[in-house]
Order: sequence, then structure tokens, then C-alpha cells
Amino acid sequence: MKEIVVISGKGGTGKTSITASFAVLAGDDVVVADCDVDAADMHILLQPENIKSEDFYSGELAVIDEDACIQCGKCFDVCRFDAVEVINDVHTINELSCEGCGYCARVCPTEAITNEPLNVGKWHVANTRFNQPFVHAKLGIGADNSGKLVAQVKNIAKETANKNNKPYVLVDGSPGVGCPVVSSLSGAHFVVLVTEPSVSGLHDLKRVYELVKKFRIKAGCIINKADINKDIASEILEFLKEEDIVHLSNLPYDETFTKAMTDCKTIVEIDDSKIKEAISESWEKIKEILN
Amino acid sequence: MKIAIASGKGGTGKTTLSTNLASFMAEKRDVVLSDLDVEEPNSGLFLKSELFFAEDKFKMIPEWNNVDCTLCGKCQDVCNYHAIIQIVDTIMVFPELCHSCFACSELCPTNSLPMGQKKMGELQHFKTSTFDFIESKLLIGEEQAVPLIKQTLDYVDENFSTDVVKIYDSPPGTSCPVIEATKDADFIILITEPTPFGLNDVILAIDTMKELKKDFAIVINRYGIGNDDILKYCDENNIPIIGKIPNQRAIAELYSKGELLYDKIPEVKTELENIVSYLESHILK
Repeated sequence: MKEIVVISGKGGTGKTSITASFAVLAGDDVVVADCDVDAADMHILLQPENIKSEDFYSGELAVIDEDACIQCGKCFDVCRFDAVEVINDVHTINELSCEGCGYCARVCPTEAITNEPLNVGKWHVANTRFNQPFVHAKLGIGADNSGKLVAQVKNIAKETANKNNKPYVLVDGSPGVGCPVVSSLSGAHFVVLVTEPSVSGLHDLKRVYELVKKFRIKAGCIINKADINKDIASEILEFLKEEDIVHLSNLPYDETFTKAMTDCKTIVEIDDSKIKEAISESWEKIKEILN
Repeated sequence: MKIAIASGKGGTGKTTLSTNLASFMAEKRDVVLSDLDVEEPNSGLFLKSELFFAEDKFKMIPEWNNVDCTLCGKCQDVCNYHAIIQIVDTIMVFPELCHSCFACSELCPTNSLPMGQKKMGELQHFKTSTFDFIESKLLIGEEQAVPLIKQTLDYVDENFSTDVVKIYDSPPGTSCPVIEATKDADFIILITEPTPFGLNDVILAIDTMKELKKDFAIVINRYGIGNDDILKYCDENNIPIIGKIPNQRAIAELYSKGELLYDKIPEVKTELENIVSYLESHILK
């Protein structure tokens, strides 16, 4: 089983549309995982039917028992996250600020503080409208630990792939270079970098590739909206060459891309689009590299 | 006055709006723009500016001092992040897992874990011809954006008085980095695009802002593409739409080159005027 992760650094370059297209092209060979857990969109294109859902607990949250609290202020003194607030002389926990370190509970002289397991979201196993296993999740509002939820989604996807003898797990990652991205890269066999020829697209590509290099994962790149700025497009090609990243394909700036999404379809379901050809070619190249 | 620009979905135009709005407002007011998307900061690519000040930013992590350590195991017991473990007669610290809560250090009976600095990123303060610009960048491999965002906000608060308009270019998503970037703001502008992805993610962002009890409004980018579901949603939920930036290839081309838009595309200037007049009548006194 080979795991392919699609990331971009910069948001909005077309990761999800491209990952969903790969899923369609892969047909029965794939388990799909949406690891952009705080703004997941792939379900919009793949319209899954849910099979099961489970709450995800990770980390803890301090809770003060008001009756046992003597308002001594020790918790306030030790908290480095400004999560203990004093409102009308009563100590309370700001749930959004608490990072669940448990320090306050350890120093409370009356054992008034307990650490409760924190529900940070939900993960789902479903079937896409192409009858493929699909694992996705939704992080609770403002929740921490998105990296752990990403790891959970990937683990469930891998288990499902192994159980059903699926050769590929396709992972849609999140933007940035922080904990959810680090978590989505761990254990991957191939990374697809989706970029666009803009000053920010190139800047973010370079940063995210620095991270990929730390994991020593082979990478390929799709340049979306390739004709919007030819100078930067050639700078990107230069960068790919220097770093030995496979250039998978160029996609033209084409509103069909957005129109397909507006109709809740993947681009490869739109007949005779040039984009369809380029994405199919990319998918064939990836399979060739992995096998 | 603190105005945060956020979105839910990435790539909907946060940086475009932040840089153009900051530049436009700076014609009449004192403005500081801060790029809080520390994982992938882009605002600086759109501004002509000179470096005024730079400093490394650190997080605090425990450093083991084995002289007095009795290997009692308390440090590993108190760490909820598994960032410190005892292997036979050695204490190992995993800095990327550490949240800098200080529990192991301060609860150590022999003071064998003093806290020390570890670099997590860099802050840079630039000056354009009309306003100040602050950017922080997370080191690659560092996973936690929140502490760097927090320190960047502290820098802005310490260096600019309350009558300066502070604009925050926030990270995408709805998880902890966005909360950190928006929780102290007086007003949030959520920028989205009129597509199913844009709508799905802006609803998540709206729910987040409601949870934070924030005053917010919507700006639609690439207006004209997609469908009008976002208009219906805002209408049904009484959410103000205070600007509509049109969908034009010319805008995408200017953006790709790192250029500001409002001095070249009159429709963008009109929209900025609309946004500022809303801000003036609602929050800027």
C-alpha cells in the first residue's frame, strides 16, 4: 500500500479539486482521506454516504469545582497560558486558552481542579459516490490537537486500505507548514505539491518543500493556473529541476475548474477539458514512480 | 482599533485584502499591518518596504542538568505532552512536543530542569512609505504557530498606541492559530469566494466568530464566479456583506506579480471605500 499526500503551503491552489480528481481516476484502487480537518471540503465533491462516526478525544481541559475552590490563586500564578481568569473574585478556566498541561491541578491545595478528556472533533468513515472508502473528520471550533486528529484519520484510512487490499491511500492535506501538515507527511510515500505561479505560490512552495525534505519523501509538482504568470512559472520549473522534484503537469487558468466545483463535480468528470488530460497524465506518472 | 482578516478556506484573498486595505487606509490614518499567518506569511511580498528592526523569537523549553538530578521521575509524570521521558539514567526532552507550561521545571525537587530558550522563528518590522508592517515567520519543522503569533501580537501592542489602526492578516482554518490571531480583535472581516468550498468554510469561520462572540462582516472575493448561495446565506442570517471584489483575470495577474490592486483597478478601490465607510460607521470612531 502506497500513501500519496497532496499539499501546497499556500491555500486555495487547487489541492482538494486535484485530490478528488485523482480519487476518481484511481477508481477501485484507493482509500481517500481528507486531512484538512479544520476546513474539510472534499466531501462536497465526493458526496459520501456515511457508514460510521466516532468522537475524537485528545488532550485534557482543566475544570474547577467551584464548591471546593478556596480562591487561593495558585492556579492563576502557575498558568502560562492565561487560561485562569478571575471573574467577580471567582477563579474560572477559559476553555479556549487552556492547553491541558495539568499544572494547575497539581498545585491546587484543595484538589478542586480536575482534568477532563477533551472532545476535539469527530471522524467519519464513509463511501464516496464512486463507492470508495472515504475517511474524513471535523475538528471542533478552535480546537487544539489538529495534528493528532490528522494522524487518526490517516491510521483509519491505512487500516481500511490494508483490510481491503487497496494499493493506494490518497490524502488531502491542509495549508501551511505547522502541526497538521507535519502529521499528514509522516509515513507518506509520495508528495504532490500543488502550486500556482504567483509570488506567494512560489514563496510558500519553497517553504513547504523544506519541510518535505526533512521527511525525505519523493515529490512531484502540479502548476495550476500555469499561464497566469509565465515568468514565475519558469522560476518554478527551475526550482523543481534544482530540487529534483518531478514536474507532473501544468494546468491552464480556466474557469472550468471553478465551474466543476460549483456543480459539485470533479474536473475529470467534465468531458474534453484540457485539465482532465493533464490531471490524468499526472496520475499515470505518480503510479509509474511508485511501482 | 484591531481588525483581523480571516477566512476559513485558504487562498480566498486574506492577504490581498489586508495589504490593499492597510495601504488604502494609511492614506488618512496611522496604520500597522501584521502578518500573523506565521506558517506561510505572504503580505510582505506585496509591499515595498525597508527593514526597521528584526529579532529572533524563542520558546522556553526545559534543559536537563544532571548534577543534582535524582532520577525521581516526577518530570515525566507531570508532563501531559510526553515531551520529557526518562530512559534508564538519562532525561530526554522533545522540544517539538513541549508546550512551555513550566510544570516539569518548577515541580522538579532538585531544580534540575531550568528553562532555556529555543528559537522558533523570526520577527521583522518594516516601514513602507506610509505605514508599518510586522511579519513573523515560523522556522520550518516547528509545529506550533500559536506561541509565535502571541509574541507577535505582544510586539505590536508594545510598539503602537491604541489609536493606531491595527490590521491582522490571519492564518487560514478554524483551529488554534486562528483563535489566537482573532481573539483580541475588535472586528473581524471574513473573506470568502462564492463557491461551495468557500461557503462551506466561511460557515465554519462564522460559527467560530460567533463562539468567540466577535463582531464580524463578510467580503466576497472573485465575485461573479460560482453561484449566489453565499448571498442567500448572509441574507437569511442577517450577516452584513461589506464588499465584493470582482472576478477578473487582470486581478489574478496583478496578484501573481505581487502588486497592489486598488491603484490600478477602479472597482477594487470602490470596494475598499465601501469597506472603510462600513468600518467608520460601525467601529472606527
